[in-house]
Amino acid sequence: MSHLRARFDLPLSTFRLNVDLDVPIAGITAIFGPSGSGKTTLLRCLAGLERAPQGFMQFGEEVWQDESRGRCLPLYERPIGYVFQEPRLFPHYDVRANLLYGYKRIPLDARRVAPEQVIAILGIGHLLDRRIHKLSGGEQQRVAIGRALLTSPKLLLLDEPLASLDLQRKQEVLPFIRQLHEHLRIPVLYVSHGLTEILQLADRVILMKEGHVAGTGLLNEVFTTLDFRAQLGPHRIGAILNARVIHHDLQYGLTQLDFNNHALFVPIQSVPVGQALRVHIFSNDVSLVLAQTVVPTSILNILKATVVEVREIDQSSVEVVLDIGTPLVASITRKSLMLLGLKPGQLVFAHIKTVALNEEFVE
Amino acid sequence: MTDLDLSALWVSLQLATTTVIVLLLIGTPLAWWLAHTRSRIRPIIEALVALPIVLPPTVLGFYLLITLGPYGPFGRFADLSLAFTFTGLVIASVFYSMPFVIQPLQGAFEAVGKAPLEAAWSLRASKLDAFLTVVSPIALRGYISAIVLGFAHTIGEFGVVLMVGGSIPGQTRVLSTTIFEHVEAMEYGQAHTIAAVLLIFSFLVLLAVYVVNRRFPIHVS
Repeated sequence: MSHLRARFDLPLSTFRLNVDLDVPIAGITAIFGPSGSGKTTLLRCLAGLERAPQGFMQFGEEVWQDESRGRCLPLYERPIGYVFQEPRLFPHYDVRANLLYGYKRIPLDARRVAPEQVIAILGIGHLLDRRIHKLSGGEQQRVAIGRALLTSPKLLLLDEPLASLDLQRKQEVLPFIRQLHEHLRIPVLYVSHGLTEILQLADRVILMKEGHVAGTGLLNEVFTTLDFRAQLGPHRIGAILNARVIHHDLQYGLTQLDFNNHALFVPIQSVPVGQALRVHIFSNDVSLVLAQTVVPTSILNILKATVVEVREIDQSSVEVVLDIGTPLVASITRKSLMLLGLKPGQLVFAHIKTVALNEEFVE
Repeated sequence: MTDLDLSALWVSLQLATTTVIVLLLIGTPLAWWLAHTRSRIRPIIEALVALPIVLPPTVLGFYLLITLGPYGPFGRFADLSLAFTFTGLVIASVFYSMPFVIQPLQGAFEAVGKAPLEAAWSLRASKLDAFLTVVSPIALRGYISAIVLGFAHTIGEFGVVLMVGGSIPGQTRVLSTTIFEHVEAMEYGQAHTIAAVLLIFSFLVLLAVYVVNRRFPIHVS
């Protein structure tokens, strides 16, 4: 697993970017935060498009910027693929020439991604001879992603590549981003302020707030331990789990999933047994029971958990952080907390009313 | 047209071609700089470039004559007088036609912006590579306007040519000064011919610019 180390201190007109990062880079890492928190600027610094005066940046063994030695590689000498918010395709070339623009500039022995492969993954074979202005927004963005991939980058930077697309186009591009990572094994840094996108795509998160890094870690860890969770509204994430299909119950129309030897039931899915599925649970859908119930209950999903901590939310409700092999958060009332007498270390059973599937997240 | 008129036509064409080539070489980096710099001296440079549009050509011609003549810096230190030579005429034309080449280029580069350039860098194109393969083609209309306007404006110049070039047949006598001399000699028929040629040429040139701008819009995504 490669490490990304970066230090940038860059005063800008409206805010100051001040980050000190040291994170493992594997899979899809989301750079998440509200608009104006410095996500794009951070990405541009990483690419060498903005130059922080005292900046330092290292990816794996390669130092791309070290201002103490006056070193800063220009973007065209960094093995980076960059997809901008707008597709930025070259209007004077057709789709094929756009795709091959970078590919042709890569030495033969450094080409690890083949055009046929990218064209197949992105489903753009029928577009190759089209002019750019004849493409839809989603098609243009797929070509832009393909063009970046064909430079065989060691790191792919995506700057809100779906921001300019409507919902339908988003669903057209989103699965491809997941797939390309599955097929090509290129680590991705993905800037977004869309929570749904992040929940569907990301493995890890770098959380940005007002120009600095507010937290990093695995997706579920970051979202269940946030100190600004209250701002996420009533649909607060309780857990994001990568589960696996183990059985289809055709009689009752249920699909059984496995997560860390916990069984989870969801409405039947048309995916093969063994397939990985990402699901999430809202903290409001989790209720807590002290003992394994002998009374019949309509709840199918019951997980054994340990209380980790209790957090105050407001005068009537609290959040209980549980350990089920990964954090799971339950929102309960202050009164329930008192009645159950919950304490850290205590064993409880989490009854989960609904397990929501992350659509399109089919690996 | 007489032989003398034809030689004037030839000098005019040579002068305009050379001037446009020189201006494209100087103008491309200068226009690029003007389009992208945040420097505080940018308006000063822009004003200097635009000066020939408002300045009486005789004023420009006068200063150039002084500079290029035997008592100017070239004459004094290199014993080289460029006044009344074809080279002197090219130098004068470069100044005179500069805004007509720089301004369309600058406008085109501003329209292209930095976005396609950054995209090209991210695809491993070096700065020069990205400029030649991405920026120039997208700015093609700007180049066509610059070439056509620079060429036509040089063909039509009169005051500067008269001041700096004299009107030496075969060397510095161009079409526009030839008309003047025909009129002075009361040769209205010949003046008519050349005037008509220049009128039709100018109209066709402008027509070409407008047609090109309309027919080949660049779709920037």
